[in-house]
Amino acid sequence: MTALAPISSRRRAKDRAMRAVLLVGTLVALVPLVLVVYYLLQKGLGSLSWSFFTTDPTGRFLGDPGGIKSAIVGTILIVGLASVIAVPVGIGVALYLVEYGKKSAFANAVRYFVDVMTGVPSIVFGLFIYIVLVLSGVGGSFAGWKGSIALSLLMLPVVTRSAEVVLNLVPDGLREAALALGAPRWRVVTRIVLPTAFGGLMTGSLLAVARGAGETAPLLFTAFAVNATTWDLGSQMNSLPIQIFNDVRQAQTNIVERAWGSALTLVGMVLILTLIARLIQRRSRIA
Amino acid sequence: MVAGTLTSGGRSFERSPLSRLPDRALRWTLTGLAAAILVLIAYFFIRLYDEAQPVFTKYGVFDFVFSNAWVPSQGQFGALPLVVGTLVTSALALLIGVPVAVASALYVTELAPRRVRQPLIILVELLAAVPSVVYGLWGVFVLIPKLKPVEQWISDTFGFLPFVGGDVAGPNYFIAGLILAIMILPIVSAISREVIATVPVEHKEAALALGATRWEMIRMAILPYARAGISGAAMLGLGRAIGETIAATLVIGNAPEIAHSIFGQGYTLAAVIANEFGEAASDETHRAALIAAGLVLFVLTLFVNFLARYFVLRSERTR
Repeated sequence: MTALAPISSRRRAKDRAMRAVLLVGTLVALVPLVLVVYYLLQKGLGSLSWSFFTTDPTGRFLGDPGGIKSAIVGTILIVGLASVIAVPVGIGVALYLVEYGKKSAFANAVRYFVDVMTGVPSIVFGLFIYIVLVLSGVGGSFAGWKGSIALSLLMLPVVTRSAEVVLNLVPDGLREAALALGAPRWRVVTRIVLPTAFGGLMTGSLLAVARGAGETAPLLFTAFAVNATTWDLGSQMNSLPIQIFNDVRQAQTNIVERAWGSALTLVGMVLILTLIARLIQRRSRIA
Repeated sequence: MVAGTLTSGGRSFERSPLSRLPDRALRWTLTGLAAAILVLIAYFFIRLYDEAQPVFTKYGVFDFVFSNAWVPSQGQFGALPLVVGTLVTSALALLIGVPVAVASALYVTELAPRRVRQPLIILVELLAAVPSVVYGLWGVFVLIPKLKPVEQWISDTFGFLPFVGGDVAGPNYFIAGLILAIMILPIVSAISREVIATVPVEHKEAALALGATRWEMIRMAILPYARAGISGAAMLGLGRAIGETIAATLVIGNAPEIAHSIFGQGYTLAAVIANEFGEAASDETHRAALIAAGLVLFVLTLFVNFLARYFVLRSERTR
């Protein structure tokens, strides 16, 4: 047997060059992350202080611009309500798809439209809620809960897609065992399928919530913005993304500094949610 | 399986109608939720169309989309500059973002040492965790001032190329495209990774056994197999880029005109809605025009996502 012909130096060089290109591509992909985090810390850390978190924006252009208390409270309330709507509905739709609909034409249509919803730009959801809830004057004009509904429309398809994947991972053997023991379908779903998939469902939902928390566009003309802190979801509400969006467009340095501080706070909140989601994912049995 | 009927030794275990109630309730609740999604999307489309109607009857759909005059103060609403801005920035985003995303996906799945794979994946995914408005903030105060000299140099040196040359505006198409590229990177990379992972090991091993180098294996075994899936990933990224609002609003310049160079100011469909909707609330035509812009945006993303689905499905079918 003859020995294999050695790889020519030209091919070897090309291999090495292309590997280097792919490595460089990967590093380039990480550059923006490093830069964004660096500038967030460099420009944002300075403005963080106790009073930054405990005072409302003053709304004045000169002098002390105030803190971001109302924005933090607003974001937590609006995103909280949005999650309370989107997570159960999203998981419910996924349960239908996995447990009942399966491969039926109706289920496939629902899957398709959930996909369509994922692709709808967030600002268009904002427009829709403006038309349906603000323009028509249901419960006054702008309100925090209307922002929540716009956000929940955005989160819903994300929750459903991830929940469907997780529910499909629940072994059929478990379902069959429970059915064979005489458990009715609803008990199988509530006592076997949901607890088994719990970790994965939580992870998917939290990631969707984290994504929703950073969204600005759906809140622009639904929740609107005010400076004062309010706990009433029925009135206009401030939120972190809107606060940043409005502050970026001001020329005053101290207002821009507040924007950096708010951005650092928002990214911190989103990262904490993402981290919790990943920790749950690591511990859960499936997903 | 016959639900709820079981006999053993002559005894029937058939469930009473009452005990089946929760079963039915759950089934119909969940089906109802699923059906609500379809109703919602239909209602969504009808209401948007309804509200945009005044503008469509005044200009006609074609003239609204293809006339080059967006002057709200004079009641002129031609969306061409917005459509062009949206397409130019999204195309730039694909041009910059997709090669980088695919390179990183290939590196992570095929070349990276096992220990750094997971950390690299997490780092790329973190890009998706940064909110759009934060990218906008970073673009306005870091990217625009730092890149301006570089852009001016490129503009001066390569002025002979089409769409390059002239004075560089601070916020411009290129900056918006760059930010959009960063924002679509994680999704394009993630889906490319999934697609690449489905290439059968046999194909890769066969290529290597025939004496191919790693790169030749990637080029001959992986890329042909994964091409449709990667195109789908790029299309999904395009859909994201088209609909992205806040970051683009902050760095596009918000000038409703078609610039002659990629370093000129422009506007996008999403950005015009975010910017002008507040003042348009009192002017019916203006509001209708913005909602019509939203509808055009919606149809555009729908079309692109449809293409993406087609590509991804096709790559799944070849498996």
